[in-house]
Amino acid sequence: MSILQDANREQISRRRKIDWILHILFIAATAVGILALMALLVNIMMDGLSRLSPDLFTNYPSRMASKAGLKSAIVGSIYMVLIMTPISFILGVGAAIYLEEYANKNWLTRLIQLNISTLAGVPSIVYGILGLTIFVRGMHLERSLLSGALTMTLLVLPIIIVSAQEALRAVPRQRRDASFALGATRWQTVSGSVLPSAMPGIMTGVILALSRAIGETAPLVMIGALTFVAFLPNGIMDSFTVMPIQIFNWISRPQEAFHELAAAGIILLLGLLLIMNFAAILLRNKYSKNL
Amino acid sequence: MNTLIDIKKLNLYYGTYHALKDVSLTIPEKAVTAFIGPSGCGKSTLLRTLNRMNDMIAGTKIVGSVEITGTDIYSNEVDVETLRKKVGMVFQQPNPFPKSIYDNIAYGPRLHGIRSKQKLDEIVEQSLRQSVLWDEVKDYLKRSAFSLSGGQQQRLCIARALAVNPDILLMDEATSALDPISTLKIEELVQELKDRYTIVMVTHNMHQAARVSDQTVFFLNGEVVEFSQTEQLFSNPTDQRTEDYITGRFG
Ligand SMILES: Nc1ncnc2c1ncn2[C@@H]1O[C@H](COP(=O)(O)OP(=O)(O)O)[C@@H](O)[C@H]1O
Ligand SMILES: [Mg+2]
Repeated sequence: MSILQDANREQISRRRKIDWILHILFIAATAVGILALMALLVNIMMDGLSRLSPDLFTNYPSRMASKAGLKSAIVGSIYMVLIMTPISFILGVGAAIYLEEYANKNWLTRLIQLNISTLAGVPSIVYGILGLTIFVRGMHLERSLLSGALTMTLLVLPIIIVSAQEALRAVPRQRRDASFALGATRWQTVSGSVLPSAMPGIMTGVILALSRAIGETAPLVMIGALTFVAFLPNGIMDSFTVMPIQIFNWISRPQEAFHELAAAGIILLLGLLLIMNFAAILLRNKYSKNL
Repeated sequence: MNTLIDIKKLNLYYGTYHALKDVSLTIPEKAVTAFIGPSGCGKSTLLRTLNRMNDMIAGTKIVGSVEITGTDIYSNEVDVETLRKKVGMVFQQPNPFPKSIYDNIAYGPRLHGIRSKQKLDEIVEQSLRQSVLWDEVKDYLKRSAFSLSGGQQQRLCIARALAVNPDILLMDEATSALDPISTLKIEELVQELKDRYTIVMVTHNMHQAARVSDQTVFFLNGEVVEFSQTEQLFSNPTDQRTEDYITGRFG
C-alpha cells in the first residue's frame, strides 16, 4: 500500500470544510469594511463633485451657498501646519532622542514612557481644554492662529515621539558601536549615524501625525476657532478657521446647497490626506530598502 | 619587546555577575596577541575594557587598572573619545554605515575635525591600501558599502578603524562570519599590519591563533589560565586545562 493512501479521509474532508467556511467568513468581514467605505465615498462624491470648482478655492465663506468657498479655511489649515510642523518636529524628535539615546533606563524614564503612550490615546477634545487653559487664557494668546497651532502641537507630540522612538530603536546597535569605537561623542553618533538611518521612519511618523491634525476639529472648536472668517490671517495672532471647522459649519446648516459644499470640502480633505499617506508609504518603502 | 598595555588585577562585574576575575596581563607592542577560550569565558569582555566600550553597558563595574603606556585609561585624566581614537575596534559582524565606501572611511577623520577634501582623499586611499581593498574598490568609492561582499565589508571596517590613526587594533572574532578565503585574506592582512600596530584579537578558532599570533592568552571562566608565546602555548602548555582545551577535550 502506498504511504499516501492511509490517511483518514473523513477527518481530512472535515478539516477542509472548516477551512473553506472560515475563508468565506473572512472575505465577508473584509467586504463589510470595504463596502461601508465605498458607500461613504460614493455618497460624498454624488453630493460634492458638482461643487468642486475653482470657486471653492477662491471664495470666502458666505451666507449664500452659491458664493461660499473655502479660501480662508484652506489658507488657515496651511498656516497652521506651517507653524506646527517645525515646533512639533523639534520637540517630538528631541524628546525621542533623549529617551532613546541619552536617558538611563530607570523607573523615571519608564514612567515618562507610560505617560507619553497614554497621552497618544487621549481624546482630542481634552487637548482643546488644555489649549484653552494654557494658550488662550494663561498666555493671553487669544483665539489666534498661534493658539490653534500650539494646541495641535500638543495633540500630535505624543504620536510623533512614540513613532520617532520606534524609528530610533530600529537602528541596529552595531551602527552605534561602530561610531563610538571611532571616538565619536554621543551627539556625533546620533547625528552622524543614528539619525540618517532613522530619518525616513521619523518622517513617516511626522507626516501621519500631521495628517491627523489636519482633520481634527474638536480641539479647535474648543479654543474657539471662528466658523465664519471672511479674511486671511494677517499674522500668527489673527483669528482663523480651518477646513474641518468650515465643513462642520456647513453641515450644521439646514440648506441642501451647504451640504453639497460640505461634501466638496470633504473630498478636498480626503484627497489631501490620501496624498500625505501616500508620501508616508513612499518614505517607508525607501526606508525598508536602505536597511 | 616593549609592553604597551599593562592590565593589573582587573575585575569586571555585570551587575552581580563576576565576569573577569583578577586578570593580570601585559601586551607587547607591534605584535599580535590572541585571546582564546571557550564561549562565555570573558574574551570579548576583556577586549572591550581596552577601549572602554563596556562603559556603554549599564550596570558594569570595574576594579583594577588598565595602563596604556603608563596611563590608567580608567583615570579621570583620560577622555574616552581620545582613548577610542587610539584604540580602534573591529567587530564580529561587519558593520559598515549605510553610506558610500568613501564616507565610511571618512567618518572617523571627520569626527576628529578633518574637513579638507584633499586630506580626506589621502586618508581614504591610504587606509584602503593598508587594508588591501584599494585595488578592488578604487573605481567605486561612491558606491554603497553594502554593495561589497562580507569579506570586503570587514576589510572596509578595518580600513575605517585605521583611518583615525590608532596605535592599537582590537579585533573581536573578526573572521567568524566570513568564508575561508576571506578569512585567509584578513589573517594575511593582520600579519602585515603588526609592523605598525599592536593587535589584540579574540578568536574562537585555536588554529587561527596558532597561525597568526605571537602571544596567546587562554581564558577559562573569566580567569587567565595561561599566557605565553604562541608556539610555546600550543606545543608545550604548562597547565593541564590548557592542554585539554587545545587538544579538543572541551570547548
Ligand atoms: N552585557 C552583558 N550583561 C550581562 N552579562 C554579560 C554581558 N555580556 C557578557 N556577559 C556575560 O559575561 C560572560 C563573558 O561574556 P563574553 O565576554 O561575551 O564571553 P566570550 O567573548 O568569551 O564568549 C558570559 O557569561 C556572558 O553571559
Ligand atoms: Mg565574544
